Amino acid sequence: MHSTMTGKHNFKLTATIDEKHLGTLLPKHKINDEEYKTVKNILKRPPTLAELGVFSAMWSEHCSYKSSRIHLKKLPTTGPQVVMGPGENAGVVQIEDDLCIAFKMESHNHPSYIEPYQGAATGVGGILRDVFCMGARPIANLNCLRFGKRSHPKTSHLFTHVVRGIGDYGNCVGIPTVAGNVSFDDCYDGNCLVNAMTVGTIHRQKIFTGHASGVGNYVVYVGSATGRDGIHGATMASDSFDSRDKEDRSAIQVGDPFKEKLLLEVTLEVLEKNIVVGLQDMGAAGLTSSAFEMADRGKSGLFIDLDKVPVRAQNMTAYELLLSESQERMLMVIAPDKWEEAQKVFEKWELDFGIIGIVTDTNRVQIAKDGILEVDLEVAPLTEQAPRYDRPVKNRELKSNYSDEATLLKIQELKVQKVLQKLLHDTGCKQPMFQQYDQHIGTQTALSSTDQGAAIMWLRSDWCHSKFLGLALSSACNESYTRADAYTGGAHAVLKAARAIAATGATPLATTDCLNYGNPEDPLVMDDFVKSLAGMSEACVKLNTPIVSGNVSFYNETDGVSIAPTPMIGMVGKIQDYRLAKPAQVSKRAMFYLLTPSHTTFSFAGSLAEKTFTTPSSATKLPDINWEYEVAAMDYLSKQLSHASITACRDVGQGGIATAVVKLLKGSNWKVSVETENNLAPELYLFGEHSGSYIIACENDEWLDHAALPDGLSIRFLGEALPSDDCEIQFGTSICSLKELKKAEGSSLVFDHSENEGVQ
Amino acid sequence: MTKSSSVKIGLLQFPGSNCDVDCKNALREHFSIDVIPIWHTETTLPKLDGLIIPGGFSYGDYLRGGALASHSKIVADVKSFAARGGPIIGICNGFQILTEAGLLPGVLLRNAQRTFICKYTTLSTQSGKSFYQRTLNSSKINLPIAHGEGRYFLGREGLKKLHDNGQIVFTYDENPNGACDSIAGIVNEKGNVFGLMPHPERAMRTSTGGSSDGKLVWEAFLASCG
Repeated sequence: MHSTMTGKHNFKLTATIDEKHLGTLLPKHKINDEEYKTVKNILKRPPTLAELGVFSAMWSEHCSYKSSRIHLKKLPTTGPQVVMGPGENAGVVQIEDDLCIAFKMESHNHPSYIEPYQGAATGVGGILRDVFCMGARPIANLNCLRFGKRSHPKTSHLFTHVVRGIGDYGNCVGIPTVAGNVSFDDCYDGNCLVNAMTVGTIHRQKIFTGHASGVGNYVVYVGSATGRDGIHGATMASDSFDSRDKEDRSAIQVGDPFKEKLLLEVTLEVLEKNIVVGLQDMGAAGLTSSAFEMADRGKSGLFIDLDKVPVRAQNMTAYELLLSESQERMLMVIAPDKWEEAQKVFEKWELDFGIIGIVTDTNRVQIAKDGILEVDLEVAPLTEQAPRYDRPVKNRELKSNYSDEATLLKIQELKVQKVLQKLLHDTGCKQPMFQQYDQHIGTQTALSSTDQGAAIMWLRSDWCHSKFLGLALSSACNESYTRADAYTGGAHAVLKAARAIAATGATPLATTDCLNYGNPEDPLVMDDFVKSLAGMSEACVKLNTPIVSGNVSFYNETDGVSIAPTPMIGMVGKIQDYRLAKPAQVSKRAMFYLLTPSHTTFSFAGSLAEKTFTTPSSATKLPDINWEYEVAAMDYLSKQLSHASITACRDVGQGGIATAVVKLLKGSNWKVSVETENNLAPELYLFGEHSGSYIIACENDEWLDHAALPDGLSIRFLGEALPSDDCEIQFGTSICSLKELKKAEGSSLVFDHSENEGVQ
Repeated sequence: MTKSSSVKIGLLQFPGSNCDVDCKNALREHFSIDVIPIWHTETTLPKLDGLIIPGGFSYGDYLRGGALASHSKIVADVKSFAARGGPIIGICNGFQILTEAGLLPGVLLRNAQRTFICKYTTLSTQSGKSFYQRTLNSSKINLPIAHGEGRYFLGREGLKKLHDNGQIVFTYDENPNGACDSIAGIVNEKGNVFGLMPHPERAMRTSTGGSSDGKLVWEAFLASCG
């Protein structure tokens, strides 16, 4: 071994930056004057260029959470089910006995807007690594997507390639994509959102954390060789777009799902065989962040020799090697006596690997290239002492005198058929998207979320005593609600995800989030952020679904226009017997019952009808949520839905009762009747939105026990569906063609297949 | 149904195989058979009664599905196993590898609509002399497909030969990918090498996906293993 690998050396530090050039260097690295002063205070000298790159990456919004950290601390993160909360690569909750679930959601918005196929693919790759580097085997992926309006010239291009990128990556690695959500809204015209979530199973006693400890242990690089791709990815993700310079391709990573599959198997094999002390994915900010994070967690130092890093580009500088975000790479710490065994695993799976450094007791990360030190930094300042901002907020005043009148009048001018067609077109069937994802691989998928219900996975495991345990997975965020009222909208995102789980008969268990917002330096954006977090927190406390992991994506802004606040929620739930979980569609004759809070408010505020036919509400108070009834309804469903006579259930969401009924029907060969409510304008009853309601479909009403119904909830007969070639649905007195409605529902997605040349 | 666990079934594994575990589980959970994993770098197969080539993306399939895997070390001995009449089932990528290795005629091309397709399909069993055709006896079964390159292609003369010899085992009732004559699975002339795009290992329980028809395919395979 090379003599430098003892960690003892007399290497000299390379030249520090010429401060004459700060005027160009600092903006390029997105370090402001105040932050640069702190850098100087820490170092007592100017940084080297590589060090400036390290500070830029580690202190970026993406890595340091500098604008969000003080607010994230207020989230509810604890509970008896929580094994590991935020701060690690993924959160972990216990399901039963030693069987735990590791999960997290993460954004890949900025890269996906510039290069949708690679951006989305590497987003899936990154979140998979976050989960398997803890020792969890991924069992499911979810994706939450937002695009601009359908007619925007970029939308179908972005959507088509994002879906293909997600599919090609997950399909090749062999992880089923089972749930997710997608919507189209003007506010995403200049910034699409691609949020990927991975869920894995993990043994309670075998959860690994990424720490570097044991002086003299090897620092080992495993995976794809390093190229120039993705340099400054973390900094880019911490900036807004300007339409004048949107070509930023050098910062885009390129994915190789085949290498990811090998890395997955290598990682799980070395963890299973107890070969490694610690390991960490080289994700955002590449080698830099994994080295500093591992040294920080291990309270140790690291010496790294960049000449040992496997490369696939010529003449890379220290700066490039440190900040490259080449994909499918892992940094491992391995004791010398395990090295031979480790090598055998790497060789079996044919991955590049090499010892690139050693664990030291210096509390410094020292990085050399060609016999010269390029980085010589104390660990703590980069991590613990990273800047924290309490950004100013400006209260967004909400209008409290909302009237349903405008939307109601507009809808009353139209036929029910026409109204419903438009709503279904907007929130329609996601089957054409899900068909591009492998949903069945792993043979654990009991229900996949093609019709927007929750997915149900069978937890086939020897680590628990129950043989038919099921895991429910859902995701949600209604940007129309958060645009109107960040607090209530934030709560609704959690509620919607929980209701999708409750509608299968499962019980919500824990939450992850991906918080997508505009520019945090705008006090109104910061106000939305703080308020929606408060709304989410209240919901998670009330539903007992602590937030165990998450991610923040700021600067989703183009030319000064920010997206609507989009706190995407991913949720897991548990059901004792997955075989009893109910789907969200019926295929046989059914009676429909509506379970609803007795005094619910039907409203058009923030509704799909309002967005479709008038102007979407902004800064408008939404009706208050009645937590007692929400919780009571979920409890009730978890007890009742296992009844054999119940065939399906779905919660009433966007587009109201009429939309939910059409979505409940598989195909169009039905004759359906739906009753309206006497005390309410039929349009408000059918298309207005309200919280806490579910439609239960059943063969008969044997399950119905009014006495068991908690106070404040009511169940009433809603209608009936009979298989028929009439293809007809009647709402009150209005008769609609179900064929036309289903056609509208099926036309919701905007694929551009002319672009599918070169599909894998 | 329980099959004697003395039957020796091998499972070929390449870097990038990802349906191997599903095949292993299917045989263990439903037939009490522990498959013998065989890594692609081996040069000889152990003594086997039958061999499974599972689905996945062997070597990333960056050239063409199965093209690289068909040149790996173990393939020479797979060919002699086939020549001796050894039963082989290749599923999805396994089917691609069998055609690329010349053990089955034809090639699997990119789907006509140029996207990956994952869905359940209804298959009709065609008549012929293989174990599969005799066991399934003209029945219709439901199996899921999940592939980007599953469009079976063969020239007109080759297709005629397949029809004349009764080598077509499964056809899709609704052609999902543009395959010639809606072909989903074929056997070689001797009937011992079987390749199909649909995944029988994923259709073992109605509670995970909606069909347990995959069992029928495995029963036929195991019957052919003696």
